[in-house]
Amino acid sequence: MISRLLSHDLPNSRALAFILGVLFLALLFAPFWVPSIKALNLAAKVLIFILLVASFDLLLGYTGIVSFAHTMFFGIGAYGVAIATNAWGPSWSAVITGALAALGLSALLALAIALFSLRVRAIFFAMITLAMAAAFQTLASQLSEITGGEDGLNFRLPELLNPSTVWWEGNPFGINFNGKMLTYYLIFVAVLLLFLALLRIVNSPFGSVLKAIRENEFRAEALGYRVVHFRALSSVLSALFATAAGVLLALWLRYNGPDTSLSFEIMLDILLILVIGGMGSMYGSIIGTVIFILAQGYLQDLLRMASGLAKGIPFLPALLSPDRWLLWLGLMFVLAVYFFPQGIVGRLRDKKQ
Amino acid sequence: MAGVHTHIGAYHILHGVDLVVPKGQVTLLLGRNGAGKTTTLRTLMGLWAASQGSIRWNGQDITATDTASRARLGVGYVPESMAVFADLTVAENLLLAAHKASRMEDVDAQRLQWIKQLFPAVETFWHYPAGKLSGGQKQMVAVARAVIEPRELLVIDEPSKGLAPAIVANLLEALKEVKRQGTTILLVEQNLAFARRLGDQVAVMEDGRIVHAASQADFIADQAAQQRYLGLSL
Repeated sequence: MISRLLSHDLPNSRALAFILGVLFLALLFAPFWVPSIKALNLAAKVLIFILLVASFDLLLGYTGIVSFAHTMFFGIGAYGVAIATNAWGPSWSAVITGALAALGLSALLALAIALFSLRVRAIFFAMITLAMAAAFQTLASQLSEITGGEDGLNFRLPELLNPSTVWWEGNPFGINFNGKMLTYYLIFVAVLLLFLALLRIVNSPFGSVLKAIRENEFRAEALGYRVVHFRALSSVLSALFATAAGVLLALWLRYNGPDTSLSFEIMLDILLILVIGGMGSMYGSIIGTVIFILAQGYLQDLLRMASGLAKGIPFLPALLSPDRWLLWLGLMFVLAVYFFPQGIVGRLRDKKQ
Repeated sequence: MAGVHTHIGAYHILHGVDLVVPKGQVTLLLGRNGAGKTTTLRTLMGLWAASQGSIRWNGQDITATDTASRARLGVGYVPESMAVFADLTVAENLLLAAHKASRMEDVDAQRLQWIKQLFPAVETFWHYPAGKLSGGQKQMVAVARAVIEPRELLVIDEPSKGLAPAIVANLLEALKEVKRQGTTILLVEQNLAFARRLGDQVAVMEDGRIVHAASQADFIADQAAQQRYLGLSL
């Protein structure tokens, strides 16, 4: 049963299966055990980024296409919901229309980029996507009447998802059964289903062709597969999943602006997460995301503690200052790449073999 | 192929190749290293574009047809040096080449059984990533992949290179059977002891041209031609 749900692509390593199991349970019950709003925000961010990174893995890890336009699709999803609910009020039809319009736009853009540029060499394709993403970001901040410009858009969601909507009066252990929790579970279920769908895609015959293309496009072509078509389809699918992640982000934050969903920093984060977790294995996106987002969220606190402990020792407190968290994150990244060139998941699976 | 020229970047590799591959026969393409044999095969497959000349398939001009479509006409191509997809399992490698099947259950079971008998490594390592196999095993997978479905033409680039004699014998058996089933074969091969047990026609290349074409029987009888073109006698 589980094997079928996972498209027979099992973790293939006891350690990996255990970690994934623990993470699944932790995220499933997050609203019940996480200590603060900040922690719940991080849990939701983890979910959304798992989907976002996994969709990028379809493109980079499985098809071997380097694209820098992935956050553009993420942003389109978030802006779709933001703009629609802003214009038509907080109704379900506005949310759904916004999401569908975003998906349509993403599919068209991905197809256009793919057909115009997938025939050129990989480096030029990467440059073209970079230019597109930059243009889109500028567009989003310039069209301030529609997008709210640099300030972004605050919007309201249907009543049911509002944090002030309490759907069970009981308040055991200070847990609130409100619209925020419902939104969390909406995101959880959506990410779970879409992740399983991605697993199904990469383990289908279509997925094998993508992997064959990644390895040697000429051989794939000589077996009778039109490489350009497969690459284009992979780009479109990947863009659609990223757009869905953007929709979920908007639902969670009830805000969207250029820095939240379109910034180039997010693009770099996605790349780092995928490399740390392991490319070409959907599970890498889960492990990478959890490590990265926890580090992003808690490294500063951890450093503050360490810096406090190191008081009195010369030089060390300054090095461990919370302001230097990026330095430590960078160091972690370098070490991760050095010790796990195939990512954490690649390493865990290799051990088994 | 008639008067085919191929340029790779600034290099002019094929200088007007005229090659006829008769239906149902095995044509050996011989010649020294760098004569243009592999380029001829790649041009035939459309992996390099012919800059001049024409390529015809059953009377139909396919010079401008893309590689994928040529493959779907019924051409199986085994590139040189163990060309498997390393990250895919042996089973996935084979399934990729089976155009009529999207699942292993759809592949002709009898044919699959036959392939597994000929190439035991295929069965032994069915679920292993092909990249983890030894060179000879990879080569077997590559040939098995090309014959997973009946093909009209099989284009094979030095299949016996680096293989142990026992495996070469299996390979010979497989190709003989494929030939018996009516598949046309174009074979580039340096191992003449192996190739001559299959061949019907011989074409010899030199400097990007076919310089000699004859039936294998005539070529074997013609000591002078062997000496001139290959520097050895069969």
